[in-house]
Amino acid sequence: MSDRITSEVVAKVARLSRLDLDDAELAAATAQLGDMLDHFADIDALDLSSVEPMTQPFALVNVMRDDVEQPTLDRDEVLLAAPDPVDGRFGVPPILGIEP
Amino acid sequence: MTAGQIRPIANSVRSGAARAVDVLNGYLARIDAREAEINAFNLVLHDEARERAEVIDAEVAAGRDPGVLAGVPIALKDNMCTRGVPTTCSSKILQDWRPPYDATVVQRLAAAGAVIVGKTNLDEFAMGSSTENSAFGPTRNPLDVTRVPGGSSGGSAAAVAAGFAAGSLGSDTGGSIRQPAALCGVVGVKPTYGTVSRLGLVAFASSLDQIGPFTTDVADAALLLEAIAGHDPGDSTSIPKPFPSLEPSLTRGVEGLRIGRITDLPGGADADVQARVDAAFDALAAAGATIVDVTIPAFTYGLTAYYLIAPAEASSNLARYDGVRYGMRVAAADTNAMYSATRSAGFGPEVRRRIMLGTYALSAGYYDAYYGKALKVRRLMAHDFDAAYADVDVVLTPASPSVAFPFGSKTSDPLAMYLCDTYTIPSNLTGHPAMSVPFGTGADGLPVGVQVLAPALGEATMFAVAAELERAAGAAQ
Repeated sequence: MSDRITSEVVAKVARLSRLDLDDAELAAATAQLGDMLDHFADIDALDLSSVEPMTQPFALVNVMRDDVEQPTLDRDEVLLAAPDPVDGRFGVPPILGIEP
Repeated sequence: MTAGQIRPIANSVRSGAARAVDVLNGYLARIDAREAEINAFNLVLHDEARERAEVIDAEVAAGRDPGVLAGVPIALKDNMCTRGVPTTCSSKILQDWRPPYDATVVQRLAAAGAVIVGKTNLDEFAMGSSTENSAFGPTRNPLDVTRVPGGSSGGSAAAVAAGFAAGSLGSDTGGSIRQPAALCGVVGVKPTYGTVSRLGLVAFASSLDQIGPFTTDVADAALLLEAIAGHDPGDSTSIPKPFPSLEPSLTRGVEGLRIGRITDLPGGADADVQARVDAAFDALAAAGATIVDVTIPAFTYGLTAYYLIAPAEASSNLARYDGVRYGMRVAAADTNAMYSATRSAGFGPEVRRRIMLGTYALSAGYYDAYYGKALKVRRLMAHDFDAAYADVDVVLTPASPSVAFPFGSKTSDPLAMYLCDTYTIPSNLTGHPAMSVPFGTGADGLPVGVQVLAPALGEATMFAVAAELERAAGAAQ
């Protein structure tokens, strides 16, 4: 992966990340990510074809419990932290009917 | 401050020889005198701590035992949830958030009789190595206020070094307990992954994060770790076994132990730091241990693997900050615009950088080249350490490549900051335990931390070696 990351790719990554970048921020991010990826190219020298990926330190097994009701968080206490609680629910701006 | 504090306090409070309120007042007085200069805390809980200490004293007066941490003032990194008490992660996006529950470690501290004195400053969402990335201003190193305390748990390290708390908790994803412990001259432990419950620890990189203690000596670290360790059904990665007592380790010595010296360790450690690590090997050899050369070829590639895996996990974990259920919201015409406006205003530059790096490493077309490869390097790291631990009981390295550095010296170059984590990252990738022990001083009289690494669940041996290093450092003074 020796090709430098482009500002078009960084702009797409920012969109995927739900982050707004202005032109100066986009230029800075492109340069910084490019420098990092150059550094990270050191692992390209490794032959990893026969190595299994490792996602967790130790093998995990599903943790099961009996299907019985447990205490849950208090709804009113949870909604105290919500930016826009509406009738016991989380309020959000419109999601439909607005052009992207 | 090198003498232990937790044991003497708990002993005297439990026996009635001292009152928890008086103990607390001593710590609060130091906070009042110096916190404006140090900025170790995002929040000091003066009133809550006094009420709690009074409850502890009343229990003792009524003939009950409040627990092994009775009346011990403890500081909490501000990424651990405290019910009804702000938990900010030093981020604007969580500035006013009050969690509706306590983290498991908070419950365990309470059950053991501890007194929470405050929530400590950190690099935003624990991303950084200097605490300069906090949205609420940096923490200063109590030993030299022109220098950083390390990070990301810089506030927790500084709080213990400044005598603001008898012990504290931090979280360590790539060195965030051990590196600040080294820079502030205190003991810092990252236990085996799964030893301490992560329930209520705000997630950064879930396969790497682990909570651990900061203390002024090794015996205190053992006691505080024992109090918070143990299985928690609420964390599916929690090890379903009781945590063993570390008490026998403190006096075991190192007779017969094999101490690994990594011959292909990546360079970059300053000469003053390396000299102290060399002296640590000599001290352990003089105390009856055998020094054995080992190789860890993957060590060099740890930085790359970590800085792809941790941001990848972070980009996923931090997707939850969307302005819907809690935290900051910036109003916008539709939901998508609200997400972006909120996240752009709420996250600082380093957090945004890592979210983008992680999103890139996970995105279609780049996943195999970056994230997939990094996971394979992680496997190599585990293999290399397993092979080394066939020949040795523990491995010694520097905890940090340098002593505490001046403010601003690495902030313009993210990669220079990342290199601070060179020696601490491998233990997070493998899940193995590691700790930093103060072992003399380097340049400008600043403390150097020697890192003891051990295999999974090897805390008993790790603490035996750490205790020996502490004795040797004390004898040399």
